[in-house]
Amino acid sequence: MGKSLFEKVWDAHAVRQLANGQTQLLIGTHLIHEVTSPQAFGMLRDRGLKVQYPHRTFATVDHIVPTNEAVEPYSDPLAQGMIEELRKNCADNNVTFFDTNTGKQGVVHIVGPEQGITQPGTTIACGDSHTATHGAFGAIAFGIGTSQVRDVLATQTIALNKLKVRRINVNGTLPPGVYAKDVVLHIIRLLGTQGGTGYAYEYAGTTFDNFTMEERMTVCNMSIEGGARVGYVNPDVTTFEYLKGRPYSPKGDAWDAAVEQWKSFASDADCTFDDVVEIDAAQIQPTVTWGITPGQGVGIEENIPTVADAPTQSERDSVAEALEYMQFEGGSPIKGKKINVAFIGSCTNGRLSDFQEVAKYVQGHKVAPGVQAIVVPGSQVVAKIAEELGLDKIFIEAGFEWRAAGCSMCLAMNPDKLVGDQLCASSSNRNFKGRQGSPTGRTMLMSPLMVAAAAVTGEVSDAREVFGFAAVNS
Amino acid sequence: MSSTPIKQVTGKGVFVPGDDIDTDRIIPARFMKCITFDGLGEYLFYDVRKTESGEDKKHNLNDPRFAEASILLSGNNFGCGSSREHAPQSILRAGYKAVIAGSFAEIFFGNSTNLGVVCVIASDADRAILAAAIEANPELEITIDIEDHKIWYGDQSVVCEIKPGARDSLLSGNYDPLDELLVGADAVTQTAAALPYMQA
Ligand code: SF4
Repeated sequence: MGKSLFEKVWDAHAVRQLANGQTQLLIGTHLIHEVTSPQAFGMLRDRGLKVQYPHRTFATVDHIVPTNEAVEPYSDPLAQGMIEELRKNCADNNVTFFDTNTGKQGVVHIVGPEQGITQPGTTIACGDSHTATHGAFGAIAFGIGTSQVRDVLATQTIALNKLKVRRINVNGTLPPGVYAKDVVLHIIRLLGTQGGTGYAYEYAGTTFDNFTMEERMTVCNMSIEGGARVGYVNPDVTTFEYLKGRPYSPKGDAWDAAVEQWKSFASDADCTFDDVVEIDAAQIQPTVTWGITPGQGVGIEENIPTVADAPTQSERDSVAEALEYMQFEGGSPIKGKKINVAFIGSCTNGRLSDFQEVAKYVQGHKVAPGVQAIVVPGSQVVAKIAEELGLDKIFIEAGFEWRAAGCSMCLAMNPDKLVGDQLCASSSNRNFKGRQGSPTGRTMLMSPLMVAAAAVTGEVSDAREVFGFAAVNS
Repeated sequence: MSSTPIKQVTGKGVFVPGDDIDTDRIIPARFMKCITFDGLGEYLFYDVRKTESGEDKKHNLNDPRFAEASILLSGNNFGCGSSREHAPQSILRAGYKAVIAGSFAEIFFGNSTNLGVVCVIASDADRAILAAAIEANPELEITIDIEDHKIWYGDQSVVCEIKPGARDSLLSGNYDPLDELLVGADAVTQTAAALPYMQA
């Protein structure tokens, strides 16, 4: 019987079994950033250990970098301290650091793929829960805690239990105006925020076959929001074409050999899965979250649920808590909620294609009065290409702020924050209470184009109507 | 590092109601601008406990009756969201030794276990019983017995679950895996040698 990609990659990287039954798993590629690594380097120093595989460790700075102040020292001394600590740790340990002056800095999950560091058939770990993004390439990529960052630095391995695999087949063509972001919000709405606990998600079907790498990354990125620590797509021609010629991709003969090997990692046609879910792409609507977990989403034509709609007491409590926090009335339409802030960026939707898609439509529109709209490229590479294409000008002309690369308002560890109970239309991945920097700030997750539609109308809107799509919900 | 085995955790409890208590709620991101975990205990559940102007909200975590608690009792999917170890670190540094919940998010569970913060699962009904018992008597001594899969409150008990691997690690004191991983260095070199992308 055949094997899934997950099993093949796991087997190739399993070092041995540990006393408690866990596997010591080799982590081929270790990505680090400034928030979750300094304590790990500290633990290493305390134990007199060194980085075992510095050539497989790559660092960048993303969470704390300001997006509107280029010159150091930053006005926040804590942020300055963190970037300096990372610089020092990388220099002391011979770790490659995509620093702010390299032209390659950015959100770690955008930098890895665009540099060609993220490759099929590999294991990747990063002290960040959105590491599953890299699974878009057919890698098995784990978010880990800081003690495990220490373990990877010191041994290039972690102790882990093997996951089960759930195959999620999405077949068909997405309706116009429906994006990869809607696919993943739909999946999480369907399977729940803990539905993926203990599973790796294998995303497949014709919808994924036809997706670009950027679209696959958007979906894999939010696997953790559905409780799955790992999410991946089998590597194919699209994957190889994306990687060809990237700085860290294999070159010459090594390239051909690598592609042959990468192909061999794809799930076998006759392999079995622990669970299979089928989704029809045609049924997916532009989806918007109304609550405080990414699973609390509805289609743009739907109403927000009422407390009474929820089947169990604990769900009724959750709905009630979410409605109270969001200041929404159960049963009211999601459409028309007045927003204060619009944010396009993050490791979910901060790639070139996201900005290209939105720029196609916002030309000729203006951000509504009273709305602050910011666009934050996911990396310096994305920013540079976007600027060469003139996208920055299109956004600025439409009334958006065009910023420098970083995580920005996705989690607001830099100066980009919501104020008070502002409502934000956001292309990021988490709508938790207080996520965007204000303890009472409110977040609604949606696709970048839906964010743009909300920005120009000042309220949650159907982008297909706002931007005059031909086939609006007939 | 091999540590003292953890077979039982005993202490007073505090109930933090709600499902999907995410890591941003356990420790808001703005308190993670630090290069060590020292001092994180102070910010545990900060926005749950404090208003925007920094005053105490009405919450069990601010109630002097539960000030001595060292066991957290909460809902389903506890610790969902980010992989930040800042979350269990702040729980540990605020003086808590264990969390009883309906279920745990995977990364949080692993991070907690590595630190020796005991995470056990109890049913909705049993957690309601525990919450009521704590509310009725905040001085009540609670003992989580990992070996016997029981949570004792006073002289009564309910059952609890813990993943077998985590249970073994806690009982043997090997919940921090680093030493064992270091021992495998030669095997790691061999595994790496078979993978082209690992070569320098
Ligand atoms: S963009 Fe957001 S989710 Fe992604 S790494 Fe940064 S903070 Fe985390």
